[in-house]
Amino acid sequence: MQKILSDRKAILLFVGPALLIYVVIVLIPVVWSVVYSFQEGTLLSGFRFVGLNNFGKLWGDRDFINSLVFGLRYAVFVSTGQIAIGFLLALVYTFYLKKASALVRTILFFPVVLPTVAVAQMFTKLFEITPQYGLVNALLDAAHLNAWIQPWLGQSSTAFVVIVIMDIWRAIGFYGIILYSGLLDIPDEIIEAARLDGAQQWKLVRYIVTPLLRPVLVTAIIFSLNGTLKVFESVLALTGGGPGNTTMPLTLYMYKTAFTVNQYGYGSTIAIFLTLECLLVTLFFYRFARRDIA
Amino acid sequence: MKTNRFLPFMLVIIVMSLLLVAAPPATAQDEVVITYLSILQDDVGFNRVIGELSAQCLTDMPNVRYEREGINLDALGQRIDQLALNNNLPTLFSADSGPQLIELIDNGYVLNVEELFTELGIYDSLNPAAAAIAAAGVQGRGLYALPLELNIEGFWYNKQMFADHDLDVPTTWDEMLAAAAVFHENGIQAFALAGREKWPITRYLAAYANRVYGADAMVRVRDGELMLTDPGFIEAAQELKDMAESGYFGVSPTTLDYGTALDLFNQGRAAMYYMGSWELRSFNDPAQALIGTENIGYFNVPLVEGGEGTLEDFSINVGTTTIISSAGYNETVGEWIRCVFSQYGDHAMNTLGMITGFNVNNPSDDLPQLTQIVLENLDTANNAFLWWEAYFNPRASVVAGDNAQLLISDPGYTAEQYMTDLQAALDEGV
Repeated sequence: MQKILSDRKAILLFVGPALLIYVVIVLIPVVWSVVYSFQEGTLLSGFRFVGLNNFGKLWGDRDFINSLVFGLRYAVFVSTGQIAIGFLLALVYTFYLKKASALVRTILFFPVVLPTVAVAQMFTKLFEITPQYGLVNALLDAAHLNAWIQPWLGQSSTAFVVIVIMDIWRAIGFYGIILYSGLLDIPDEIIEAARLDGAQQWKLVRYIVTPLLRPVLVTAIIFSLNGTLKVFESVLALTGGGPGNTTMPLTLYMYKTAFTVNQYGYGSTIAIFLTLECLLVTLFFYRFARRDIA
Repeated sequence: MKTNRFLPFMLVIIVMSLLLVAAPPATAQDEVVITYLSILQDDVGFNRVIGELSAQCLTDMPNVRYEREGINLDALGQRIDQLALNNNLPTLFSADSGPQLIELIDNGYVLNVEELFTELGIYDSLNPAAAAIAAAGVQGRGLYALPLELNIEGFWYNKQMFADHDLDVPTTWDEMLAAAAVFHENGIQAFALAGREKWPITRYLAAYANRVYGADAMVRVRDGELMLTDPGFIEAAQELKDMAESGYFGVSPTTLDYGTALDLFNQGRAAMYYMGSWELRSFNDPAQALIGTENIGYFNVPLVEGGEGTLEDFSINVGTTTIISSAGYNETVGEWIRCVFSQYGDHAMNTLGMITGFNVNNPSDDLPQLTQIVLENLDTANNAFLWWEAYFNPRASVVAGDNAQLLISDPGYTAEQYMTDLQAALDEGV
């Protein structure tokens, strides 16, 4: 193995194709985006250099600020839900269901493999109010809770709640599995020893399981936050960013700016901001994890 | 050593894969493929007319193949830009009639329809009034859009429902609101509105504003003679907001899509429906119009008291802008265009009852009743106005639609705020 890894040709063979694809599909477009962010114009009429104008424009753009705030709020709620419920599921798999957890794990993982658009369609129907009640409003109607019947997707406050519920539901199976695999790596002897020392339930989770699971937990948080900060298709399919632009994350605002309004330069600037935002969040949690390990 | 033999093998595989991906699909020798990139997804309306006529014409053109590709409106602009840059625009394609079309014209990507049709000897097949409307969106550059439809917009209503409640066809806005109130009190949704699509909401703003300021209202806004913050426009937004808050559009109209709103009207669950006459394809179809074609009536946008608009002013358009590309044009394509579009008006009218911007030389004696009603109304038209966003820049068009949803769903978003935000987007000039 050592011999192969010291062979430059072998390294080129292993890394080369992946690196080539990464450079062509990821790095070049990113660099291109950076260049566009200092320009303004359209593909047909050409571009002109505008310096830092696009970056200055960000802070005076109310729609950008609204999208940024929505995206952050969404990321906090959804990532918290995904990790917290995923963690609870992992604990249930490990300590209660044990070997019988395979069926439950499969069922809960099922939404992860469903197409986002199909899930969004299902939630649209679930929370429908017109032309007929969806399941949620029908149940409220049957329970005579008429005051609770409302256009869930037609008003910004409740649309946000529906998006959060949908994206937590879609991903908890995934985070449940990730954290479950982390839990499996904790030696049974440690758990047993802790129990003998009197650590039961909450104390066992708080003082033994969580610290040992922390590296996997941090990885899951980084995965989750990067996914939620860049949320796009679920919001597009469920609300289209509406009503108005009250449920519009930065990704959707960037897409509309670049491809509907044809402001490629400003759209690229928003994309660069989003990249930096994800990078900062990732670095923060890496730092947090490394300090913890040290 | 093994690695050394393996490396060239891998490189060959990668290169072959890239070549396979990049290679264009094989076509028969000398075959001409005529492609139509259309935002109308299904084989209905003008898609159907062009498809049927093409099939007829291609019997004499064995080396020509016609293909239609559907595209979502949201993805259209980007796709057109990319295809234009690669000099690969399809023969015919849908396009927004705003700044992008002007760029395409200025950079020579598209053909002037007047010049082309004159050269092909079929310019006489175009209705001059429709051609003038089709040319209106490109700031004096000429005729570049094919007038595949000639639509009037206005309110379609359920005659039976009006009769059941002793209501006359409204001629003033207040009469229309009074009728809406009667329906609402009787548990009938007054208007079907596809608020999820956004543009059906802003149609009400254009309708009211053009009745207040006259048929040139939006042209005067474009030219800076009127501001959207002027009282008549704010009044238009307030009327729309009041209608929504009164429940005339039903519960949560912003979640209703186009097809569902149309079904509400066609199935007798809404009394009125603002829409263009392109929906004759649905109203003339007994399978879709369950209330019965004979039960559907039409009235023009009612008058606003003290306003400058008249009942001879109609919202008229030529439907989805369809363009002919210069890259896809050659002599064979010219023959195909001559064959298809010399018969277009007759075929559309006589098979689908569809009114187009092409002349009808051999009209059928048996036109659908609603088609006749639209033709009669078109005959009375003295002035035409376009839709709300017709002269807006792309940013203002987005703001107009997005914020119209807020206007009818968020009690805290005022009519003044809507028009102020929209005027600001217009002033950006992007």
